Amino acid sequence: MPLNIVVCIKQVPDARTVRFDAEKGTIIREGVDAVINPVDLNALEAGLSLKDALGGEVTAISMGPPQAVEALRETIAMGVDKGVLLSDRSFAGSDTLATTYILAKGIEMLGRFDVVICGKQSMDGDTAQVGPGLAVRLGLPSVAYVKEITVLNDGGLFRFRRETDSGYDVVEVEPPFLVTVPPLLNTPRLPSLKGKMRAKKADITIYNANDIKADLKKIGFEGSPTRVVSTAVHAFNARKEMLSGTVEEQVRALIGRLKEAGLL
Amino acid sequence: MSDNAGKEQGLQAGTPVPWRGIWVAAERTGERAADVTLELLAKARVLGDKLGAPLAAVLIGYHVDGLAGELIGHGADQVLVVDHPELASFTEEAYGGVLAGLALKYRPEIILAGATLMGRAYIPRAATILETGLTADCMDLDIDPKDRVLLQTRPAWGGNLFATIVCPLRRPQMATVRPHVFKKVLPDPARQGEIVSISPEAEWLEHRLRVVESVKDDAGDECRLYGAKVIVVAGRGVEHEKDMALVKELAGLLGGAVGGTRPIVDQGWLPERLQIGQSGVTVSPRLYIGLGVSGAVQHVAGIKDSEIIVAVNKDPDAPIFDLSTYGLVGNVGLILPELIRQIRLEKTGRVV
Ligand SMILES: Cc1cc2nc3c(=O)[nH]c(=O)nc-3n(C[C@H](O)[C@H](O)[C@H](O)COP(=O)(O)OP(=O)(O)OC[C@H]3O[C@@H](n4cnc5c(N)ncnc54)[C@H](O)[C@@H]3O)c2cc1C
Ligand SMILES: Cc1cc2nc3c(=O)[nH]c(=O)nc-3n(C[C@H](O)[C@H](O)[C@H](O)COP(=O)(O)OP(=O)(O)OC[C@H]3O[C@@H](n4cnc5c(N)ncnc54)[C@H](O)[C@@H]3O)c2cc1C
Repeated sequence: MPLNIVVCIKQVPDARTVRFDAEKGTIIREGVDAVINPVDLNALEAGLSLKDALGGEVTAISMGPPQAVEALRETIAMGVDKGVLLSDRSFAGSDTLATTYILAKGIEMLGRFDVVICGKQSMDGDTAQVGPGLAVRLGLPSVAYVKEITVLNDGGLFRFRRETDSGYDVVEVEPPFLVTVPPLLNTPRLPSLKGKMRAKKADITIYNANDIKADLKKIGFEGSPTRVVSTAVHAFNARKEMLSGTVEEQVRALIGRLKEAGLL
Repeated sequence: MSDNAGKEQGLQAGTPVPWRGIWVAAERTGERAADVTLELLAKARVLGDKLGAPLAAVLIGYHVDGLAGELIGHGADQVLVVDHPELASFTEEAYGGVLAGLALKYRPEIILAGATLMGRAYIPRAATILETGLTADCMDLDIDPKDRVLLQTRPAWGGNLFATIVCPLRRPQMATVRPHVFKKVLPDPARQGEIVSISPEAEWLEHRLRVVESVKDDAGDECRLYGAKVIVVAGRGVEHEKDMALVKELAGLLGGAVGGTRPIVDQGWLPERLQIGQSGVTVSPRLYIGLGVSGAVQHVAGIKDSEIIVAVNKDPDAPIFDLSTYGLVGNVGLILPELIRQIRLEKTGRVV
């Protein structure tokens, strides 16, 4: 049974190039490359392999600034059929509640959808809240931390193994549904040459707030109940101490410190 | 419930109801309350006293009422129990639906939950239904008494940034909180509290997931990384496979879990689920001990929220030392057995 699959991807600053400004308590944006949030590549791979198995169409969707078009082109190079960017100045400052609203309005523009896949969490905001929240917006069941996907009844039923705090659960659900996936689910495919050619020419659909008929009270800063009041850079090595002496002395010194910290 | 809970929260017919009181969404491990729930009750008690607000624990499940006494002993004034066969297995939909349903009905001003896999799977659903703010994975909480606002501090960027977040205009204010951040208090068996059992409305329980099987899988030394208080990590500086037994022994002595860098997993010395880092798990123990770990960015991305980082490496210039709290320069083959010897002595007074 061919499925309409939607994969949510976020463009994030590349962890390898990010530096932090300790004085301002923020990340330094200059000279930072933008990449697809790493685990979203696993989400894309999950979507593409479902399409390989069952047929259908994979759409990648992202909310972000205009340059996120590049992230969507990359997904097309991997084999995604269609890229959709939700971009509008009024989206800026959206917390997860506003983000899920915008993504849901965008996804509803696509017509039918059977499977929505999100990464487990982003490298920057790192809340892991967008997937489950988006499911509520779309009226879907959600399954978090899916580690194994089994297709039953030609795609009429899915069985997942998902991680829990005490082990794992095996759960079944019929489409439509939303899942969030962790990095170890699969190995993302690389862009193919043909894909890269296609990506260059591909039209990325761009929707603004008006196109998706967003209620302005639900988006951006105004639509976001949370406010960041301050940020600070975490000083890791503020207390850094190299222990000295023989092996025995170093270990003894360490044990003293751990006792002080109440860990022994 | 409700009369009592209603009074407690200032319910009166015909007037707009203020959002009052703190709730902790309880979790179980086996037949007991999860540690994180007890930690949250201890913290919420302090916050509640600052607000002059009552503290309730919310207990969702099937045949779970046995836990209520423990929750009261740990600080809850009230336990709101929703006990129903449809809640026997965890599903995001039903648990999220029940919590949101309760909150709309009884209007707490704050809801706290553990930032466990379960909490992070269903609490965002409840917050979305309630159209309110949710702060993820907090490591500190406080109250600004002026306007009863919850100050929520959380790490972002793999622990490189700390952000303080508030939800000034909507209620309830919701947060998930890391395990092991707050200290639980000793239970007071004489504490009195009220157990209120609430029958859920049908629509709260609606869910489409069928849980076929629920498997416990935290056997022995491979106990789970997520939520572990101490983690001992093997890097390539652990040179011989037989030394992995010592790594596990050290973790066992410290009541902790074992993890590895990617090369260790690639060598098959540990299963994949114990790989820590960008393409593995992110951990946040109170104590991380890296044995022969170089400190590559992809690994470090998963450990930055650790409270104390101890590194053992023979190379004094290894990058891991840049972020460690305590550094030991030397050979893992010598330091690891000595660590075990001295810690065992410390704990048991015995050498072997
Ligand atoms: C320091 C800091 C702290 C923050 N803390 C909070 C907080 O506690 N609560 C809160 O509500 N907001 C918070 N935010 C805002 C939050 O980062 C944004 O709302 C962001 O748009 C989405 O959240 P996330 O990055 O945490 O995504 P996550 O929920 O971690 O992302 C999970 C998955 O959702 C999908 N996804 C996420 N964002 C997008 C997108 N823009 N387009 C397409 N798919 C997407 C991806 O598949 C991703 O893998 C914070 C932001 C910062 C900078
Ligand atoms: C896309 C991508 C994703 C990745 N994801 C991850 C990930 O999730 N997790 C991860 O861990 N890695 C990941 N990696 C791999 C990562 O880049 C490093 O290669 C890896 O973390 C190194 O592991 P290590 O520190 O054990 O080994 P090495 O880098 O080889 O370091 C070994 C260290 O041990 C020291 N040493 C050697 N012998 C001794 C001794 N006898 N006594 C004391 N010290 C000794 C050395 O001085 C050295 O510092 C990823 C890489 C890529 C490209």
